[in-house]
Order: sequence, then structure tokens, then C-alpha cells
Amino acid sequence: MRNLTTDVLVVGGGPAGLSAAAEAAAAGASVIVAESDLHLGGQLVKQSHKFFGSKEEYAGTRGFEIAKVLKDEIAGSGAKVETLLNTTVTGYYPDENVVTAMIGEEEYLRITPKKIIMASGAQERLIPFPNNDLPGVYGAGAVQTLMNVYGVVPGKKVIMIGAGNIGLIVSYQLMQAGVEVAAILEAMPRVGGYWVHAAKIRRLGVPILLRHSIKRALGDRVITGAEIYELDEKFNQAGETETVRCDTICLAVGLTPSSEILWQGGCKMKYVPNLCGHVPFRDKTMRTSNEKIWVAGDVSGIEEASAAMIEGRIAGISAAKSLGRDVKSDSFDKFWKRLKDLRAGEVGEKIRAGVSEVLVDGWE
Amino acid sequence: MKITAVFENGVLTEERPGAVKPQQDLWNKKKGGLVVVECPQRIPCNPCNTSCPVSAIKTFSDINDVPEIDYDKCTGCGICVAVCPGLACFVIDLTFADGLALLKLPYEMLPLPEKGATVKCLDRTGKAVCDGKVENVAEPKKDKTKVVHVAVPIDKAHDVRAIRVV
Repeated sequence: MRNLTTDVLVVGGGPAGLSAAAEAAAAGASVIVAESDLHLGGQLVKQSHKFFGSKEEYAGTRGFEIAKVLKDEIAGSGAKVETLLNTTVTGYYPDENVVTAMIGEEEYLRITPKKIIMASGAQERLIPFPNNDLPGVYGAGAVQTLMNVYGVVPGKKVIMIGAGNIGLIVSYQLMQAGVEVAAILEAMPRVGGYWVHAAKIRRLGVPILLRHSIKRALGDRVITGAEIYELDEKFNQAGETETVRCDTICLAVGLTPSSEILWQGGCKMKYVPNLCGHVPFRDKTMRTSNEKIWVAGDVSGIEEASAAMIEGRIAGISAAKSLGRDVKSDSFDKFWKRLKDLRAGEVGEKIRAGVSEVLVDGWE
Repeated sequence: MKITAVFENGVLTEERPGAVKPQQDLWNKKKGGLVVVECPQRIPCNPCNTSCPVSAIKTFSDINDVPEIDYDKCTGCGICVAVCPGLACFVIDLTFADGLALLKLPYEMLPLPEKGATVKCLDRTGKAVCDGKVENVAEPKKDKTKVVHVAVPIDKAHDVRAIRVV
């Protein structure tokens, strides 16, 4: 078994992890990025829409282009950043300070890091309904991977469940790929994603059915349709069940932080509904209650990639600083101001409330 | 399927902050048109402001501000139409021709419309409300977001927000 040592191990090569790696390396730390996928960039590589935010968060640039910018930044750090692709971190043993990982399905790896930045992202939630095991029921992430990474459309006619930003954006991407979106169902009385994302889909004729949910998928061997129904205030059925023909049902009903390694690290955790699951307590440097572990991105609470990139930078400079590396003293405050600005709007309200539940002034 | 056209699911039904129309008298005579922004929700986004070549979109005090336009400065150039990540900017030129308005609309679908072609013009709910003639297909930022210039009957200028190639 190979043994590796490094100053900073970054778990996850998405927007948060790459930003963290870039900052830590810029401060002179040696960095290993462990990424379970075959390429760096995380969800960015599937994002064909232009990002919001300001210039500093690459506003107006398409997500997959941002992935390239971050990868170039890492490559520019020279030998200080080693990226391990197809490498899944499988465990953390705090007593020995050993992180175990698998490369592919054969090779094991032991990594002994001085510091760890967890940027492991999130996993999709699914909702149960009869026949949801039929071929043709997908998570929105899978649909994006199929279409935008591999160039394959999932079907001809889709029902999207969920009108958060992911449901809205993936619906738009499906239409760009020539797939018909029969309807978007949303259980809440309003769209959860950005209003402008909803507007650009509505004007192309896609109905967004608020207070609606799926009852069952129809089909014998493959999906042939779905039964849908309207909900009342208490989320019980109101009105008749309707049948909609489709060959694909796409679930975009939220994400939950992938926090297993944080539990193994003994990090103090809390279930915070506004951050969509169990998340670690953290100080302003993004350090957890474990003095070796920092967090950034969706694993610290589900939010936009623009925020994940800033959190990554905060975690990266902070981890490097804890190793005695020189970091620009003003960069930390600059990043925090940007994070605060991003969260100041209406959609940031949930995040502000959620973060306030787990942000601590300091440790000890 | 009951399809509701309400603000809560992305259909603008009335003017609100972030979606305010220009003064009519100025608009009626402004050659090149004026931008109409339909961005009524506070979200962290400012490329319309930072990309405007004539500073017609007022500087934000907070990145979550909704856009506010100085219509004395707007030239209807359409840069914001191409830049806006939410595809929420539209230029409307009411001086284009007798009885016709020219709309400059963002377009990211396939197939691309051809200059001179007749396309279906869609309102904010996707309903085809008239035909329009494509006058130009521009790509101001060379980033695959097209700005389609389409001539429509002037009385439909305030309804049409998208096109469908037929």
C-alpha cells in the first residue's frame, strides 16, 4: 500500500476544494487533492449556464469555464499540488491521523496529512413513490452528467420534480438539448430557485405547477407517465389525480451534505434544516472542532457554488496559516466580506439563519 | 393541467422594483430602443451594472440590489441582454418602422433563427402571440448567447419575450 504525506489534504476537487487547494498552495503548503471522479471541477463541469454573483465569483461565466479557470490556477502552482483522480476517501482515523482512500476499485492508499480540508460536497435527496425503481427515474445530477458530460439525453419527455435552482436550471438544459419538459412540479406555493430562472423557462412554455407532487410513476418495464396531484396547505391531496405522459422523471428535490468523514473525525455536528442536513460547527476560518479539519462548500451547508469557492479560499488560507505559512493579512477579511455580500439577499436568508446556528467565535 | 400565470412561478404580471418600464414619451422617440429589465428579486448578481458601456444601470450599493436604469443614458445597445446570467434584459425599440417594434431578445436554444426568417413570438407564459421577422442574430460577447433582433407588431412589443424557430 502506498503511503503519502502532505501539508494539506483537500478532500474533493469541486469548486470549494480547488479554491482551497489554490490558496493553500499559493501560501507555500504542499497539497494533495483527492477527487473521486475522473476529472476535477465537481459539479461545475456540468453547469452550462452563466453564473450569478460579481466579477470575483466569475459572474457571467459559464460553470464549466470556471472549472477550467480553477484548474489552470492549480496547474500554475506547479508541483505543490498533486491531484489524485478516481480516488475516493473512505475513512479517517484520528488516533493515527491517517486518511484512507481507494484509487479505482483495486488500489488502497494511506495519506498522512498535517491538515485536512473537507470539501466533499453533497449528495442528492430522493423522494419515495411507487415505481420509482423503474428505468427512467433519475436524480437531476445524473441527468446533467448524462447530457453535459457524456452528451446523452435521458429521454424525450421529462417531468421535473422540484423548482429550486437545480430543477429550474436542469429543465432549461434539457430544453437546450431538445428534450421536452412536460411540467415542473413544486410542492411549495412558490418557486424555490431564482425568479429569473423560472421566468426564462415559463416564457418557453413550460408549466411550473406550484403545490403539486408526484403520486406514482406509471409503466411496466420503463416509465410511460406519472400520476400527479395538487396539494393543500397541509400537503394532503386536493383535487383529482392527473396523468401526464413522459418517459423520464427527474428528481431535483434537494441535496444533503456528505459529512461522513467529519463524523469520523469527531467534529461537533448539528442538524440544521436551513443548511439541509448535519453540518459541522465551524469558526470564521472554517475550522471545525477538530483542530486538523477545515470545511468548505456544500459539506458545510448546501449553498451556491459561488459561496463554495469563497469558503474554499478562506479554508485554504486558514489551513496554510495554521502551518505557519505567510498569508496576506487582509485576504481573510476580504473573502468574508464577499461571502457576507453574497448572502445578503432574499435567497440568502435561509443560509444566514443556518450559519448562525453553527458559527462559533473560536475554539477553547 | 392547470397552468397558472402568477408572479410566484416566474411570470411578471405588473411593474415592481427591478422591473420598471421607461417613461413612455422618451421610449416612443428613442432610436435604438431602451432596455427593459425584468429582475424583481434580490439576488447576488451585478453583471448588468458592471458590463454596461454607458453606465446606464446604476451602481449597486449592495450586490443584491435589483437593477435601476438611468434611461437618459441607455442606448439600447443590448450588451446587458447578452451578459445577464438570468436572461432578464430585453431591448425594445419602438421607433423601428411604422407599426413595428424591434425587440432584442436573449436566445440560447437550437436551432438558431436565420436572418429574414419568420419566427413565432412568445409571451411570458410561452404562448405564441404573433409572428415576427428576424432582422439580425448577434453574439455580442462571442460566448454562445445570441441576441436575436426581431420585428413585431408594435402593440405586441410589451408582451413578446421569447421566440420559437418554426
